[in-house]
Amino acid sequence: MSELHLLSTQQLITGLQDKQFSSAELTEHYIKRIDALDSKINSFITHTSETARAQAQAADEMRAQGDKRPLLGVPMAHKDIFCTQGVLTTCGSKMLHNFISPYDATIVTNIDKAGMISLGKLNMDEFAMGSDNESSHYGAVHNPWNLNHVPGGSSGGSSAAVAAGFVPVATASDTGGSIRQPASFCGLTGIKPTYGRISRFGMIAYASSLDQAGSMGRSAMDCAYLLQPMIGHDPRDATSIKHDMPDYVQDLNAAVTAAGDNAKPLEGLRIGVAKEYFTSGLDTEVEQAVRAALKQYEALGATIVEVNITDPEITLATYYMLAPAEASSNLSRFDGVRFGYRCENPTDLLDLYTRSRSEGFGPEVQRRILTGTYALSAGYFDAYYIKAQKVRRLIVKDFEDAFANCDVIASPTAPTAAYKLGEDLDPATMYLGDVYTIGVNLAGLPALSQPVGLTSNGLPIGLQLIGQYWQESKLLSTAHLFQQHTDHHLQHSTIAKETV
Amino acid sequence: MSQPTPATENTVSRQEILEVARLARLGVDEDTASSYADDITKVLKLMQTLGNVDTTDIKPLSNIHEVCQDLRADVAKHDINRERNQSMAPAVEAGLYLVPQVIE
Repeated sequence: MSELHLLSTQQLITGLQDKQFSSAELTEHYIKRIDALDSKINSFITHTSETARAQAQAADEMRAQGDKRPLLGVPMAHKDIFCTQGVLTTCGSKMLHNFISPYDATIVTNIDKAGMISLGKLNMDEFAMGSDNESSHYGAVHNPWNLNHVPGGSSGGSSAAVAAGFVPVATASDTGGSIRQPASFCGLTGIKPTYGRISRFGMIAYASSLDQAGSMGRSAMDCAYLLQPMIGHDPRDATSIKHDMPDYVQDLNAAVTAAGDNAKPLEGLRIGVAKEYFTSGLDTEVEQAVRAALKQYEALGATIVEVNITDPEITLATYYMLAPAEASSNLSRFDGVRFGYRCENPTDLLDLYTRSRSEGFGPEVQRRILTGTYALSAGYFDAYYIKAQKVRRLIVKDFEDAFANCDVIASPTAPTAAYKLGEDLDPATMYLGDVYTIGVNLAGLPALSQPVGLTSNGLPIGLQLIGQYWQESKLLSTAHLFQQHTDHHLQHSTIAKETV
Repeated sequence: MSQPTPATENTVSRQEILEVARLARLGVDEDTASSYADDITKVLKLMQTLGNVDTTDIKPLSNIHEVCQDLRADVAKHDINRERNQSMAPAVEAGLYLVPQVIE
């Protein structure tokens, strides 16, 4: 019982169904770990332990009466970017320090309907702007593999909580890599699906044409289990697309069944590799692990194909023009009038707006608002914003051309493994860390990160797989079959190995 | 797509930051404006690579799927709970949000 948190989501589901343990026992196990160990990690902003205990009790009763929902009674947690009715939703910001959401995000409703139990709200970079979870108003998050290192961001609380064994799976969001990069830094699998696959209703907006929710777990199958209730068209999100509704868990199981004893289960899969992803700035150990993983993919039958993609410098520039511009518009709603932080004793309306926003937002958020406002201002709009939108179309075309010759594209997820807390990188340097992930968001493609090894000082390394539109099943199946023949995803962080 | 080459430098001034901050309703003092000007200048240097990408006859792309807005029937749905939605407002009276005096 002391190692329940080391079980996969599938093992937890089987254990609950076979009555090896109850949902109440399982939930209590995680709560106990969080209470004992999260002071070292700081992955949670809000705990909902009492509600979780009651829901676990109810789940056990429902199961006893024949409820067969597979995820019934399985604990999880939400990134604090998703609105949760009656529960504090801060987005990692002082601006929303008192915001008790009046409604649930669509994905929160759907996951609740699946019978899962939320243990609370997870820490994140403020308004999802960051790549190391150091910008949160609620303090930095520590990497469970090495507490002196960052967990990645902006979904750093999600990645740290799963890697620490506080929850088996967690929701997260990705605008420029904020699921994939923290998954990579924490030795997890994390997936951002095709833009429009998951409703953004109730997900606090950073950059509306780039944001997408997704899932994190310790394996592709874990991700598939949580992704399943999240997907689907939502009339309340105008960017949500009506499309097929795959059964990811079924698809992954079918892939394994079809492979049988075949030593080359990935025969026929063409993996595109672009030299643009292997240039200066890529850490040597990261490159070695990624290339070794590609060799493992070849051993499993895949064919490596050379492809070309947009120069990462161009992709980076396009993203850091468009995302702040969209953010400057989205964050204009935070004005101290209707909800959230209001400054004390405003002298007039302008003072109310200005001081509420300056006191409520942290420096990185203010920096991006200023960058975005600058790009959208008269005299610069065409040169910066419209230019970036045109280049975005060319980036999409480059991906389309690459996919004419391959099924998935592989790259390192990040140029380095997790760096040390407090490195105080200047913004432009920090932004370079997103160089491999942001093109995916600009093109709206699905992509995941999977663990493929450790550095010499024990920090995880991730491989990114990019898929074609709507092909999350293919991505997850590819990673799942890889994970049937390798054990990188089975390694545990230092904190996960601690028992309480 | 053509390979990027650095274009001429573009420096953001403290004065420009103060003006942009005014537009964005952010209170930025002179020292902070200088610091933000330096940061944003470095970020804009990344943007210089876009200057030499040939985008002749390329339409801007704002949403990846370029689909039309889904419309719904013009039927009123009484699902706005004002009391609940205003329960966390800083200052509310008779359903109205209160702010400092706007007009003398």
